[in-house]
Amino acid sequence: MKCRVCGQEAHISLRAYNTALCSQDFTFFLEKRVSDTVQKYHLIEKNDTSIVAVSGGKDSLSVWHILNRLGYKADGIYVDLGIGEYSRESLEKIKKVAEALQSKVFVFHIRKIFERGINEIAKTIRRVPCSACGMIKRYVMNKVCIDKGYNVLITGHNLDDEVAALMGNLLYWKKEYLWKKSPFLEGREGHLSRKVKPLFLCSEREMAAYALISGIDYIYEECPFSVDAKSLTYKNILNNLEETSPGTKLQFIKGYLKMIKGGKETSSDITYCATCGYPCYGDKCNMCRLLDRFHIENRIDFDVYGDNLDRSQKMMT
Amino acid sequence: MQVELDGKILEIEKSMDVSRLLQQFSLSRETHLVVVNDRLVTEDHRLGRDDRVKLIRVVSGG
Repeated sequence: MKCRVCGQEAHISLRAYNTALCSQDFTFFLEKRVSDTVQKYHLIEKNDTSIVAVSGGKDSLSVWHILNRLGYKADGIYVDLGIGEYSRESLEKIKKVAEALQSKVFVFHIRKIFERGINEIAKTIRRVPCSACGMIKRYVMNKVCIDKGYNVLITGHNLDDEVAALMGNLLYWKKEYLWKKSPFLEGREGHLSRKVKPLFLCSEREMAAYALISGIDYIYEECPFSVDAKSLTYKNILNNLEETSPGTKLQFIKGYLKMIKGGKETSSDITYCATCGYPCYGDKCNMCRLLDRFHIENRIDFDVYGDNLDRSQKMMT
Repeated sequence: MQVELDGKILEIEKSMDVSRLLQQFSLSRETHLVVVNDRLVTEDHRLGRDDRVKLIRVVSGG
């Protein structure tokens, strides 16, 4: 296959776009797609103070890398779930990227606060690890924004993540979530940070290719607790559809975005946690309940890596 | 050629193209990228006997 742009040997075929590109032209294509998404949906403005939720995986490290290349400087926030070598290796890879980008990383160590890892926490509160993990991550990532003055939280959710979640919400008619999928989620002043997803229209395959081509050293291993995640089943079904009908995932999400235009439901019965101010549906948020359950008084605290970086140096991107 | 998949290394004698190799492992081009001698390649790339091939899974859950 030849590159559609330069005619040299292609390195990736993009069947959804009926094209193939070499590494250099693919990099340009993907970064432009991210840039267009950021601008079209007004995800990040130049004077915003942004932070990227990083896991050590291809998506979060790549979005951090791309945004820096596009001129959107951002720091990082990592939630160390206390899953042995998997968490340690993830943090090492994050620190390497942070150093290359001359950025700071805040780290919340679950074991430091709870004296146990995510699996033990989940067992105690009788939830599956992914559910406990999601709840803690959402809280901690919001907390770092509110406490440290970041007004935009960037996540690495990609097209496949969004389409799989949409499919799950449709199958079970989860009305409370069905109309809330978007490249951005508005914040609530002083309580909830604005969340944005610059990779909303970039597939998982494209993101893995970008990371490989750009030499981003990400963690290949899957989180050991996500092997039975429903999202993987949905992704499998959607990839089978994509195999026979290229472009299906993109059409699905683009059609959805057209459908919800101007018709998004808003929730009016949100209250704020009496202890910490986080939005919730009662007098106390789930995180404060969790901390109470383990009799933890030392509340959320972060380690910071790269606080003394010389930011006058040129970024290595 | 030497083929790496999920940390395991296999030896394959027969020369073939990438799409045929994916079929042999029952893998989809939507879920796996193929790197040959440290370079990403497309499905029509012809694999040689001395190539080092890595099949990289791109799907993650959670």
